[in-house]
Amino acid sequence: MSQIPVERPGPSEWVLLSYRLPREPSGPRTTLWRRLKRLGVAQLGDGLVALPADARTREQLEWLAGDVAEASGTAGLWVARPASAAQEREVAAGMAAARAQEYLAVAKQCRGAAAAEPADRVRALHRARAEWRAVNRRDFFPPPEREVAAAALRELAAVVAGAADRPTPVQVSEPAP
Amino acid sequence: MRWATRAGVHIDRAACAWLIRRFLDHEAEFVFVADPADVPPDATPFDMRGVDLGHHGGDCSFETILRRHDLTDPVLWRIAEAVHEADLDDERFDAPEAAGLDVLLRGLTMIGTDEQTLTVSGPVFDGLYEYHRRRLLLGREPA
Repeated sequence: MSQIPVERPGPSEWVLLSYRLPREPSGPRTTLWRRLKRLGVAQLGDGLVALPADARTREQLEWLAGDVAEASGTAGLWVARPASAAQEREVAAGMAAARAQEYLAVAKQCRGAAAAEPADRVRALHRARAEWRAVNRRDFFPPPEREVAAAALRELAAVVAGAADRPTPVQVSEPAP
Repeated sequence: MRWATRAGVHIDRAACAWLIRRFLDHEAEFVFVADPADVPPDATPFDMRGVDLGHHGGDCSFETILRRHDLTDPVLWRIAEAVHEADLDDERFDAPEAAGLDVLLRGLTMIGTDEQTLTVSGPVFDGLYEYHRRRLLLGREPA
């Protein structure tokens, strides 16, 4: 009764997009690349990317498959399971490492902004928060760096709030719009 | 008229259903299917891959329907920006309410059927329409 059973499920489902796009024009390739990057896909091979399967990821890749077809390419959508847990871990670790770098970049932005002018600090906080949310949306296997970035955001937010409580005597601010 | 879309409605499909019922077909009846092959022959499919009223050229289905039906109401196009950002999140538009809409719709899909999601989200879009209508008239945020 006291012990929660430790589930050891096998590899879970992934949704795969296989695609081929003509070399020219390069526009659709660039657009597709940018969209895949935003979704945080794992690149399994040339023209083959994967995401953990759920209704949302499947739909997102489905639309991209449609974009590829509209750009005179060919695309296929697959639902698959890695043949071994080790293989799944390897892909997941690669995705987590990519997100970790992005979270660290957010943390660095926050620390860099702490010493900036108050107005720049507020702008930097907005930017860093938006960036953190974007990274978090494509973060399927949260690495410890997620909390590092969240803590840096909280610290910067505290600095910004503290400065707002104690306005500097000579405040040069833009007129309200 | 009958309209068909994929089951598991989210922001784009909920917004499209509202748009269809308010501006195109007051008697609209919606069918939710799991596979494009299951669309009844008499129904118009929307927000499904491979259909006319879907994503095209970077547009979400809501924007596609506005274009195909020559709906030029600026209030609808402002709502389209929010739907686009909530659905595609590609920062093409500045629509701060998109994140909130996305969360609300996702939550609704967790607690009810597709029909219920449309029933509840309908008045949400009505309110959004009225807000943006007043905002456009005033040129600033309405009280």
